[in-house]
Formats: sequence, structure tokens, C-alpha cells
Amino acid sequence: MSQHPEKKPPQKVQATWSRRRFVERMGVLAGVSTVLAAGGLWIRGSEPVRHRQEEIFKLKDFRVPESSRHPILAIVHGNHVESMVREAFNTLGGVARFIQKGDRVLLKPNVGWDRLPEQAANTGPELVASVARLCREAGASQVWVTDVSLNDPGRCFVRSGIEQAAQQAGAHVFLPGKEDFRATDMGGKLLKVWPVNRLFHQVDKVINLPIVKHHSLSGCTLAMKNWYGIIGGRRNQLHQDIHTSIVDLAAAVRPTLTIMDATRVLKANGPTGGSLDDVVHHETILAGLDEVALDSLALGHLDLTPDKIPFLALAEARGLGRVRWQDLNRSETQV
Amino acid sequence: MKRTIPGLRTLRRLYATFFLLLFLLLLFAGDFRRMQGYDIPLFLELDPLVALSGFLTSVTVYKGMILSLAVVIPTLFLGRFFCSWVCPLGSLHHVTGLGLFNHRPSASHAANSYKPMFRWKYHLLIFFLIVSLLGGMQAGLLDPIALLFRSLTVAVLPMLDGLGFPIYPRTPVFQGGLLIATLFLLILAANRFMPRFWCRVLCPLGALLGILSRFAPLGIQRDVDLCSHCNRCLHHCQGGCDPHAAWRKSECHLCMNCIADCPEGALHYGLPKSRSSIHLPLDLNRRRLLETATASLVMLPFMRHALSSVTTDLPTIIRPPGSLAEDDFAKRCIKCAACMRICPTNALQPTLLEGGWEGIWTPILIPRIGYCEHHCVLCGRVCPTGAIRAIAVNEKIGQKPFDTPIRLGTAFFDRGRCLPWAMDIPCIVCEEVCPTSPKAIWYRPVTISNRDGVSVILKQPYLKPDLCIGCGICENKCPVGGEAAIRVSSVGESRSTTNRMLLKANP
Repeated sequence: MSQHPEKKPPQKVQATWSRRRFVERMGVLAGVSTVLAAGGLWIRGSEPVRHRQEEIFKLKDFRVPESSRHPILAIVHGNHVESMVREAFNTLGGVARFIQKGDRVLLKPNVGWDRLPEQAANTGPELVASVARLCREAGASQVWVTDVSLNDPGRCFVRSGIEQAAQQAGAHVFLPGKEDFRATDMGGKLLKVWPVNRLFHQVDKVINLPIVKHHSLSGCTLAMKNWYGIIGGRRNQLHQDIHTSIVDLAAAVRPTLTIMDATRVLKANGPTGGSLDDVVHHETILAGLDEVALDSLALGHLDLTPDKIPFLALAEARGLGRVRWQDLNRSETQV
Repeated sequence: MKRTIPGLRTLRRLYATFFLLLFLLLLFAGDFRRMQGYDIPLFLELDPLVALSGFLTSVTVYKGMILSLAVVIPTLFLGRFFCSWVCPLGSLHHVTGLGLFNHRPSASHAANSYKPMFRWKYHLLIFFLIVSLLGGMQAGLLDPIALLFRSLTVAVLPMLDGLGFPIYPRTPVFQGGLLIATLFLLILAANRFMPRFWCRVLCPLGALLGILSRFAPLGIQRDVDLCSHCNRCLHHCQGGCDPHAAWRKSECHLCMNCIADCPEGALHYGLPKSRSSIHLPLDLNRRRLLETATASLVMLPFMRHALSSVTTDLPTIIRPPGSLAEDDFAKRCIKCAACMRICPTNALQPTLLEGGWEGIWTPILIPRIGYCEHHCVLCGRVCPTGAIRAIAVNEKIGQKPFDTPIRLGTAFFDRGRCLPWAMDIPCIVCEEVCPTSPKAIWYRPVTISNRDGVSVILKQPYLKPDLCIGCGICENKCPVGGEAAIRVSSVGESRSTTNRMLLKANP
């Protein structure tokens, strides 16, 4: 052992602490401790997860004031959709009654399915384009076309012909993605807060453009049922009480105007259709300000009567309109 | 003269960039709203390994696969140019190697000289080709184009979309995506230890091209008089082909870095001159090759005597519309995921082991994730090998001149979960969305007395099996969360003659 003296490595030693250094360090540490304690108390909470409070939107009322000088319903027969739309607007008081200069206008056709126009599962592209063109002529700053499709939205908008027709008429097409819904208080009996396509909170006027179609659960899909296409989420649960749901939706969305496509009518195998044998040509459009009356009126195209369709009476009881369209001021023209 | 053929490296860089960008463009822009599947499979069709394996499994070169000759024939003359000039995975490895590998001269000289490990790829190639010869397509597991396409489709693109790059209208999800992502990251990370580890050691397509280039007259030639043995040619060598000594033709990617790096101008690409160094042939041991071949011979029989989608009709193996019968499907599908890239509803998913080991990463339809869009035939249009036939819409939906639609399977109600059947609650969403005309799902209105003694009218759904096409939209849209109250199983699929239940539907 002793013949191998231990070789010590050079040892480094610390500098001693001056009073000044000690006081400074203690001050800093006390400051940090105070901030930690105060911050800890500040972020302390009783909830295991803190969620940011989501803003709940409410849909505005898009209606224009009532006028006794103009009819409430316009029934137009003809073969040229654009002239029929112009005639309907003129009957109801002119486009200027509904669209002011600079308005942002949203059109809501039914683009639920990956089908061709002649299969009559979606609103006709000519109707969408005509309404868009008239709104542009009336000075609308923007015209949007949107729907929440059931099939692949990309295919639905292309194959229904609506994307191309709308864009040619100067409208923008909006396919909502998963970020494009806003929690909205529907204020319904059944529907409370549901995600709604954000465009409905960003426009001044909304025009409902449904198609007259057969539907096996509700009997028909018309103007009020078309509002299914503004919500996201698990809307397939709405079938569990479809009549109350339809009325809740119609009560939440009060459109500026409704123009219904009854040029091609899908009478069976709805709402998807597929076979041309189920499509009949009625070459009619129905426009108006009372969705209940319009739905009731449109039943004639499907060989149905209001007593078979419970949501009509429910809607009338809710004050949304009149089932007896015969009592309302209306005009029927041929162009 | 410093360089005999100036600019070859620059030319290679231009080609490699062009082909990488083209590959990414086709991958990105192929969907319905952009190019509708146009030429998504171009690179897979250029791939000689896919063409050769497909030929060995089924004795045909399907449609566009003939394009692979545009790679094979030049390779016979020029050498293995594909790997550094065309292959997008090769370019990705090249760039990754530049970033990850520490190019100190001593390290890169050691890493870039030839190693016996480089033989592995030839053994993998032998394995894949022998399995193909016996009727099983497994080359897609490691084929570089299929691997890259699959990794980008299943893992990278959805990840980028989730981070905010607008690629899809709705971010898709893929089962087992993380496994595919991890393998992809591992082969990229291998460049940290050896540049282009994948290309040199594992790539079976590289091995095939190496064999094809064996008799190429052109090559990298080293003038033994001009060479000063500085080894700078090894510094950025991609193939590990020893341009500083006896060049190995089958390993060289013709990246041309050695020519550009040589300070003496001793290297050139072309025919040998009077004082050019010798070349070395393929470094393969016949006995070792025979061992691999023998092991490969018994692999497929083992596979074919285990439970798999080929040996048994499995209920969850619902293949895309137009798919071949399962044994032919196993001969053709290279697991490239082109169909999954193009599917608009995210319905097509890579299998893990649902179809057995043999079927790993082949496409199946999972209705809870997506459904088969009635008028969409894009998966067959983009399939490079014809595992999914290119069908027209009228063939798919059974319109003239076709009598019957293509069925993927049949839907079955689970009356214990179905709202109108089990809980007296109205629903029939399945009937609403059923796309056939007339609808396969129909209902019977019944008046029943509920728990409180109140009589209610319910529409209870039924299914007419000969109208059902198994598209799965009913299962997809069923409001019963978790396990749906109507579920599709593969029985009744058009492509199978055994997976049937209806007497009338027998051919």
C-alpha cells in the first residue's frame, strides 16, 4: 500500500458567500415563492378540467315585415325556371322587398345526396342559379349556397349540378368542415343547443330552397324539414321524434323567403330516390312567406293530405303559420 | 479538364427533384374534386418489382404496368439509375441522409464503403419472388413505391392535415396508422447511422435493378493512373459501390457525386478506357441464396394452412367494390393504399391481422368509419395492379347493360339494439339513407301497446337481402353509438362463389 501513494486529483473549492450575495439570493427566492403561492391559489379550482366557456349563438330573425298589399303565396307554372322565379318575386312584391343593396344572402337548397338533377333528390340547379342571379341583380354583396349533405359533400355539390350553376350565377359555394359549426341555442321543445353551420350567423338574409320529395318517416320533406341541413352533430337522432324536431327547427330558423322546387317531384323511394320512374314533372314553383302554408300546399304534389302529416298541426299550434293555405292571399300564374 | 462529363450530378438533382415533386403532386391532387384519381398510380406502374411480382402471381402484366419497361430497358444499358434519379423514396433518403448523417471524412468513408450486409436485399428479393411464384403477393410490404405511398397516405398526410395544412375536407383516420408511421420513421432514421441504409441494405426493388444492370456496358470508370487514392469519391457516395477501388456495378445508383467530387478528374461515366480499373460482379454466395430460396418455398404453404381471408370467408373482410375473389385479390394487391387515399368517406382501412398475416395492410371497408359511396368507383380507377378492377358506375350499381349491382356484403339487423325493435322508439334512419332503388331496407308499420299501455305506431325495419349491396351507409349513419344496430358482414359479396347465403343468388 504505502509504496503506492494515493494520487489525489486536484480539488476545486467553492467561493465563500458574501452577505450581499446571500441577501440578494434570498430576496429572489422569496419573490419566486410568493409568485408561485399566489399563482397556485389563483389557478386553484374545483373542476378537474377547465373548459373555455363556449359562446352560445342565437339565430336572428331573417324575415321582412309583412305587407297586406302583396299575396303571401305565389304558385307559378311554366317551363323556364328563371322566368318562373322572376314572376314569383314580382308577385310577392319584387326582389327589392326581400334583398337590399349590400345584403349578404344565404341560399339553402337541399343538396343532401349524391344524385343527378333529373333524379329529383336535390333542389334543381336552375332554381338555385336563378335565385342567386336575382339576388346579385338586386345588389346583394355576397350570395352563398350551403348545405350539410348526407353523402360525401364534394360529390353531392358537383353531381347535383348546384356547385357549377351557383358559381356561374355569381354565388359562392360553402361546404362546411368540422370547424364550421357554432353552438346555437335553438330554443326548441326537443332541440336545445346544437351545432349550426356558421354561415347562418354571418349573413343578413336567408332564402330556403327546398324540393318537394317523398320521405318514409315524416311522409314528405318540404320547406320546414329542409332545416335539417343546417345542423351538424348527431342529427340522425332527430328521427326519434321527427315531427317535434321539424317544428323546433322551423321555429328556430325564420327565413326571408321560401321558394320550393316542384318542377321535378320525387314521389316514392325518398328521400334518396335514384330511379327516374319515381320522378314526375309538375313544372311548378311555390314561393311564399308562410312555411306551414307552403308545406301544406305542396302536399298536393305528393297525393297527401295535412291530416296525415302531424308536424303541420304542431307547427300551426306553435304559431309558425297556417295549415289552411286556402284561407291565405295567394296568386297562381302561368309563365 | 476537371470533369469528363460536366453537370451529370446537376442533371441527376433536377431529375430527382422533378420526380419527387411529381409523386407528391399526384398523391395530393388525386381526389374527386381535383383530378378524380387521374394517374395516381403512375409511379407504381413504373415499378418493375410490382410488375414482375404481379406477372409471377398471375401471368399477366396489367394495363399500365407495362410502363415498368420504361425503367427496365434503360437499366439494362445504363445501370441502376432509377434509385437516385427517379425513386421518390430514394430522394427522400438522400435528403434525410444529408441532414442526419455526420459527413466527417473519416465517418463517411467508413459508412460509404461496401459492406457484406448489402447482400440482404437480394435475399429479400428472392423471398418475395418465390412467394409470388407460388401465388402470394407480398412484395408490397417492402417495395419502396408502395411503402412510400402507404406511409404518406395512412400516416403523413392525415398528420399534416391535422396540423392545419388543408389537404382533405375532413381529416381521415386510419387504423394502425401509428405502426406504419413508426416503420417509416425508423427507415428514415436509419440514415443517421448509414446514408441510404434502406436503399443499400433492404430495398428489394434496388436488388432487382442491381441484377438487371449486371451487363450494362456503361458505368463509372476509374483511371488507375490519374487516381491519387484520396478517397474523396466516397464522401457523398449514395450506393456504397466502392468507386475508389473495384467498382460494384449492381450497388451503384449513378448519383454521379463521385465524379463531381474527384479532384483529379480520374472518374468518368461511360465505357472503360485503356487504363480503367476492374469492376466487381454481384457479391452473392450461392449456398446462402439456396437457403433463402428453400425457406421461401415453404412460407406460402405455411400461410395457406393458417386461418386467413384466403383460407376462410371472414365476415369483417369487406373488400372495395370491384375487388377480385379473395385468392386472386391476394395475388394482386400490393398494399399501396392508393384506394385508401382516394376513398371519399375514409371507409377503406388497412388491415392489421384481421385477414391473417398474408393480408396485412390490404384494404377493407369499415362501415362505422365510412361507407361505400353509391356512385363512386375511384378505388378501382387508381388500383395499379387490378386487385380492384376498374369498373364503370353502371356496372357498380347494376344499370344497363348490367343486371345486378356489385355487392360488398349484406347488412343484418340487431333487433336487440334497434330502437323501433327493442325500445319502441321511432327511427328508420337506415331506411332513409339506403341508396338502392327500390330500397333494400323497408319497414312494416305496427301498432303496439307500450309499457304505459299507450298504443303507438312504429315503423319496424327489415332488410331484403337480394337488394342489399353491402355499402354500409346504414351501419355508418345508425344513431345507436358503439356497435350499430345494423351491421354489414361480407356474406353475399359478388366476388365470392362460396361466401353466399341465398339459393337464388347462386351463379
